[in-house]
Amino acid sequence: MATSETQGEVQHVDSSTLDAPLNPVIVQRSIVGKIWHIMRKYPVLPGFVLFLLVLAAILGPTVSPYERDIGVIGDRHLGLFETSELPAEDRDAPRYGAWPDGFHLFGTDHIGRDVFTRVMHGARVSMQVVLVSLVLGMFIGVSLGMISGYYGGMVDEVITRIVDIWYAMPFLMVALIVVLVFGRGLTVLLFVLALVAWAGFVRVIRAQVLVLKQMDYVAAARVNGASDFRILFKHLLPGILNTAIVVGTLNTSGLILAESVLSFVGAGIQPPTPAWGVMTNEGRDYLSIAAHQVLVPSAAIFLVVISLNFLGDWLRDRLDPRLRQID
Amino acid sequence: MANFLARRFLSSLVSVIGATIAIFVLIQFHSDPRELFIPDSGYGITQEQWENLGERMGLNDPLWKQYVNWMGNTLRGDLGVSLARDRAVTDLIKGKIGATVQLAVGGWIFAIALGIPMGVLAAVKRGTFWDYFGRMVAIVGQAAPPFVTALVAIWIFAVWLNWLPAGGRSPDFNWKEYILPCMALGWGAAASLMRLTRSSMLEVMDAEYIRLARAKGVGWNLVIYKHALRNALIAPVTSALLVFSGWLNGALVVEIVFSWPGIGYDALFRAVNDNDFPLLLGTVFIFILIYLVFATLADIAYTLIDPRVRLGNSAD
Repeated sequence: MATSETQGEVQHVDSSTLDAPLNPVIVQRSIVGKIWHIMRKYPVLPGFVLFLLVLAAILGPTVSPYERDIGVIGDRHLGLFETSELPAEDRDAPRYGAWPDGFHLFGTDHIGRDVFTRVMHGARVSMQVVLVSLVLGMFIGVSLGMISGYYGGMVDEVITRIVDIWYAMPFLMVALIVVLVFGRGLTVLLFVLALVAWAGFVRVIRAQVLVLKQMDYVAAARVNGASDFRILFKHLLPGILNTAIVVGTLNTSGLILAESVLSFVGAGIQPPTPAWGVMTNEGRDYLSIAAHQVLVPSAAIFLVVISLNFLGDWLRDRLDPRLRQID
Repeated sequence: MANFLARRFLSSLVSVIGATIAIFVLIQFHSDPRELFIPDSGYGITQEQWENLGERMGLNDPLWKQYVNWMGNTLRGDLGVSLARDRAVTDLIKGKIGATVQLAVGGWIFAIALGIPMGVLAAVKRGTFWDYFGRMVAIVGQAAPPFVTALVAIWIFAVWLNWLPAGGRSPDFNWKEYILPCMALGWGAAASLMRLTRSSMLEVMDAEYIRLARAKGVGWNLVIYKHALRNALIAPVTSALLVFSGWLNGALVVEIVFSWPGIGYDALFRAVNDNDFPLLLGTVFIFILIYLVFATLADIAYTLIDPRVRLGNSAD
């Protein structure tokens, strides 16, 4: 090996016996090669898409060119990049900012509302719903997982059984029933989505705690007279935080999918609030004359979910490669 | 085996009872089912008639007794009478389940026919165009919710190319009507099957006995099909059985998009909208039963295919 180093080239090493080459290989890359390398190493494109999503969610109401829920009926079903042909005095819907008069980037929907504006607002709605329910579900899931793993015995048995039952229920069915019982509304939707999220945490966190609680430092803490509460919070929680973050990121895309499906079915966010699922559902009757009404929000869902999946995988490989076996 | 089946049966029983109790309790929070027949004002209804109706529907009993009655009847094969449609729930479900089963089986065949060969191809031709193509299909399949797949499929094949009908199911069999719904339903499952097949195939092809087979001069094709594939298929086959369970979600959406007269749309969705709780409970019961049957079948299939797996340790 030493000789090969001086010669400036690396001897061929069978990759199945060695995971990493012993010598750092210095590779000269062209500009394109460099960009390609960075894009493969870091989630650049997914990061960009999610950055746009966050931007749209934060700035949406301020910079969106048209009123969210008010359309011009004469302008309905305009295609992508089309400008209204109506005279300005017939278009009484308010318009904001330095936006070209009557120009619709993503066209208009069946009652003449600007699709671009509604997609931006939809980003905000989805983000709010998903973030709140994720935190809620994470809190429930991590707490139950820790309790289940730490105390074991009967408590563990009951919690694991509940998780098993939960996995046996089609979530859409449960969601429909919960919505039927408690009525349609934002709070109920948050609750339902938290229900979707929590179970995924319990199993992983429980397994992790089972390992951690055997550690010497936990025994040492107990010998020093630490209470269960203190051990759980001070000694076990930091150890599972990475895992919780990774599982949370991986679950976010599932939550967005669940939210969009619920809104599509009519059990989630209610029209006229423009969640992406709502927009898709409203547009599906006009698929033959104005497909963009369906395709634009669909593409938004798709891009965000795919980006989240990539980001989640990347985070998992970074923070907690052991979780790889889960998917 | 018998021990395992007994344990499995017990835990399934707990699941069914737990789920139905949960729904029984949840429904109590909702309005009185009598209100389906009686206008809000209560005009023309005496207290006595109200009580009689409650008596007839068994609402005057305490909750636990209602549940026990329902369970007893269910075990005798009687799921009660639908409130909104005044027909036996079993008849309603029997009438609708055929369409859903057809849809599910069609989607299943699609998922297997697409997912497994593509997974094998991606693994065998690792790093080539086929590998990247297969992985892209998988990524796309996992990122699109079923309604997006369904609507895009309708847009391409029904609106744009005008090859296939956009939905519905005529009483006479028409194969064209099945293609889009089955595709929309099977797409996501095909993606996960493909990923699973690819990774387990790669793992197997790394094994010593594959090298041995190659070293003693067995041809590549024979190695792949006889040595690698058989061992690599364990995980995908198990997962393919479990796929059915996840579909009860997707089937509902696909049935709504394609106006498919199946159990998800015509029984569950309507039951929720009509506040028809016997029908709701009946459908939920059937759904959970289907899931548990397939989960058990998957476990049994696992042992039959792979003798190294011993049953009974599944709880660990």
